[in-house]
Amino acid sequence: MAQAAREPDFRTRLQEWIPKLVLSPSVAAMVVFVYGFIAFTVYLSFSDSRMLPSYDLVGFGNYAKLWGLSAWWTAIVNLGIFASLYIVTCTAIGLVLAIFLDQKIRGEGMLRPIYLYPMALSFIVTGTAWKWIMDPGIGIENSMHLWGWTSFEFDWIKDRNMAIYTVVIAAVWQTSGFVMAMFLAGLRGIDNEILKAAQIDGASSWSLYRRIVIPLLRPAFLSAFVILAHLAVKSYDLIVALTGGGPGRATELPATFMYSYTFTRNSMGIGAASAVIMLMTIAAIMTPYLYAELKEKT
Amino acid sequence: MRNTFGKTTAMAAVLAATTGMAQAEDVEVLHWWTSGGEAAALSVLKQNLETEEIGWIDMPVAGGGGEAAMTTLRARVTSGDAPTAVQMLGFDIQDWAAEGVLGNLNDVAEAEGWDAVVPEALQAFSKYDGNWVAAPVNVHSSNWVWANKAVLDELGIEEPKTWEEFVAALQAAKDAGKTGLAHGGQPWQEATIFDGVVLSVGGPEFYRAALIDLDAEALGGEQMVEAFNRMGTLRSFVDDNFSGRDWNLASAMVINGDAAFQIMGDWAKGEFVNAGKVPGEDFLCFRVPGSDGAVSFLSDQFAMFAQGDDAAKEAQAKMASAIMSPEFQIAFNTVKGSVPSRTDVDASPFDSCAQKGMEQLAAASESGSLVGSMGHGHANRAAVKNAMYDVITAHFNGEFTAEEAADELVNAVEAAQ
Amino acid sequence: MAPAQQDTAVHTGRIARTFIYVVLLVFALFYLLPFFVMLVNSLKPLSEITDGNMMALPRAWTLEPWRQAWSSAQIGVQPTGLKPYFVNSLLMVVPAVAITTVLGALNGYVLTKWTFPGHRIIFGLLLFTCFIPFQIVLIPMATVLGKLGLAGSIPGLILVHCVYGIGFSTLYYRNYYAAFPTELVRAAMIDGAGFFRIFFRIMLPVSGPITVVSVIWLFTNIWNDFLFGASFGGQSQPMTVALNNLVQSSTGVKEYNVHFAGAILAALPTLVVYIVAGRYFVRGLMAGSVKG
Repeated sequence: MAQAAREPDFRTRLQEWIPKLVLSPSVAAMVVFVYGFIAFTVYLSFSDSRMLPSYDLVGFGNYAKLWGLSAWWTAIVNLGIFASLYIVTCTAIGLVLAIFLDQKIRGEGMLRPIYLYPMALSFIVTGTAWKWIMDPGIGIENSMHLWGWTSFEFDWIKDRNMAIYTVVIAAVWQTSGFVMAMFLAGLRGIDNEILKAAQIDGASSWSLYRRIVIPLLRPAFLSAFVILAHLAVKSYDLIVALTGGGPGRATELPATFMYSYTFTRNSMGIGAASAVIMLMTIAAIMTPYLYAELKEKT
Repeated sequence: MRNTFGKTTAMAAVLAATTGMAQAEDVEVLHWWTSGGEAAALSVLKQNLETEEIGWIDMPVAGGGGEAAMTTLRARVTSGDAPTAVQMLGFDIQDWAAEGVLGNLNDVAEAEGWDAVVPEALQAFSKYDGNWVAAPVNVHSSNWVWANKAVLDELGIEEPKTWEEFVAALQAAKDAGKTGLAHGGQPWQEATIFDGVVLSVGGPEFYRAALIDLDAEALGGEQMVEAFNRMGTLRSFVDDNFSGRDWNLASAMVINGDAAFQIMGDWAKGEFVNAGKVPGEDFLCFRVPGSDGAVSFLSDQFAMFAQGDDAAKEAQAKMASAIMSPEFQIAFNTVKGSVPSRTDVDASPFDSCAQKGMEQLAAASESGSLVGSMGHGHANRAAVKNAMYDVITAHFNGEFTAEEAADELVNAVEAAQ
Repeated sequence: MAPAQQDTAVHTGRIARTFIYVVLLVFALFYLLPFFVMLVNSLKPLSEITDGNMMALPRAWTLEPWRQAWSSAQIGVQPTGLKPYFVNSLLMVVPAVAITTVLGALNGYVLTKWTFPGHRIIFGLLLFTCFIPFQIVLIPMATVLGKLGLAGSIPGLILVHCVYGIGFSTLYYRNYYAAFPTELVRAAMIDGAGFFRIFFRIMLPVSGPITVVSVIWLFTNIWNDFLFGASFGGQSQPMTVALNNLVQSSTGVKEYNVHFAGAILAALPTLVVYIVAGRYFVRGLMAGSVKG
């Protein structure tokens, strides 16, 4: 920089280049480690890779096999149930808690970290703890029985048809506080004058929120949706720690499916094909969001 | 010019020295034996090697019966940084050998005469293309039943000899308000039971035809339907809270007298012994009724990965030799509940269950009724094994009838091949 | 309580307020339950857990499980406890968070104040980085790390976490700086201030809130990562892998009290970060990251 100062022309040119130079390591890393690797996975999905990558192409064979596997369909259906319940519940709880916390609550400083702390825990910890709590033999059911409420029943985690909902419970527990924080931030960002004006006009609290506040929170809803949706598609650790995909294979999700086919079943080609489908799903969710994100600001 | 040359050689010398120092006398061991007893047994090996001035770099990755460790291994091998030795089961060894990444132990095997002392069924896994690639640590077998003797005495039940007697005993336990069969609902545990049940239905011939040779007629035939029917019978004696339970908690149910029986490999014995129980007095060990004489085995082995320089190869050979030494075999296997992987080890330090196991293993090996365990990757490659897991687990959890399960088994195996 | 200065303007009746308090407290209990269970059971002797009530307070309080988990529990063949792995995790997290945050701030600055044709596409591509499932990069990543000679080392782990953290930190800073008046930057430029001078003198001093968000987010994600740690950790495995080894041990008596103590120990740094910096978190989010 000191040398550059002596030669204004060079300096100007340098100034033009600095921003791009600063950006370049990140871009280079991204091109190699993200898009390069995605290309590699796409390639693998068309190859006959089993244990380690192989470069012999087999066309769409892996995709055909993938869609013929009942386990994959189970995983897709589970993802549908899990993702929709997870996103809706988290958003609802997050919104309600944020609105309630915004009512000049005494002890907000205490409550907020309590709502937020699950986000700080790893899924290994969360899964282990919830597995315990929901286990009928030692968890809540047992405690209730010991306290005398013997008809209490909560054995979803052992029930093939209900187990996926226990995953929803644990996942909601983990992230709803974070969603709350996003909505709270959104609420605190709303100009109070608008609300005051509306109240003077005689709007009730309910219609105030329904008509004015919630529409103003649109960006927060969008961010929450994107974050929750991609977390749902990526969900892996929680399943492993909570149910291990069981009972039977009742809580298998695409991420666990992909992992097991790639790494434990030595069918890397099929695993790669499922990864490509997952990526396409995420891309389908993300692209409109990215588009809006990019259009909005200069 | 001379200067540069001098520098380069100096550099090369330093490099050689440092890499030599880092690798020559260290072995890096990837394994999932992380619990107290197993890890303690493994540290015997570590100490043995240390007396030969070979350092031990520990790489434990627990979870999922080695699934996490296998992922780690794949990453390590792909990055060109394979560990010295990796704990491995059955066909996984063959698969890795087929990728051409395993080393060669022929020299040490020949010098120590492994061919003569290791049972042939084990050699089928420790050798690839006639070359030794792995050192077997032990032999487990999966078709064992563990019973609480006090419970059986209380109910007036003798050790069941046939399948019908076994079912009657389970029923008696259930009637007395106990859990008949302690079981943990994880796919591999159900597959472990399946090993014993298939043997009890059709003996080693049927087992071999169906689970090893994958003969479609055997896989989907009457006998397989019967096997699934028996799985269904067993399911009716399991408590409702079984799903996802770890196997050692199921063992604890038998130990505490809450349950009468558990079908599990002989590693379960460690749980009983740790709880201060004496084999023959407090608990009984016998083969899954109907499968007497047959043994479905599995063998933990250390697969040896190809190493670059000679010093590393030497350390690796020393490690293999230490694993096969009778002292280590005794020290490790008395703790682990398994039996030694060589036939010439003195049986006297072992307890009565292990002695019984050693005897039966030798007899089964003799008579050709020693078969690789399907549930633990000694019958088929991972893709087929897991396809079978899917069907067995789905049936056990009530998704299929026995007939549907047998049909589905044929389809799943075909799809996985 | 700083945020309360803001008047919510909505007035609520007595019954409604009681209802609100009840709902908030019920949820507080829901969030606290798992932590309570872990804490209580980590202070009990094992026998009280195996045949007692999970929710009950310990009859005989003991700190022994904590001591064991920290310094003497068997992890692999060595009875080292979690202590050495804790150090590994710290050695990995601190540089990774620092590098990623700095790069994110610079990227955000470039992408908002020094824009050039195509900057939106670059940002869009960077943002997508946040959302890829990590399993798919495992095998190619291993190859690349091996080629770089970084396999099985802490620098290798730092590299991996930086690569997949940059998307997030760039997103946070970019949205934050986008709200910052560009006129101020222009004025400084006219006064002759250079790229870095503007960054250090003008942008950095106002970046406090978003830095808190970025650091919290990155610290938690990197600290809690298991997949990369297990795959690329080599001989310097992080805390999560050690905890998993402790909890998932394949045989032997399950010492639940030690497991729970270990789980809390593993979560302690992130918990502290959340509790200490949590109050700034909402403020940081408010300051721009959510306005997407």
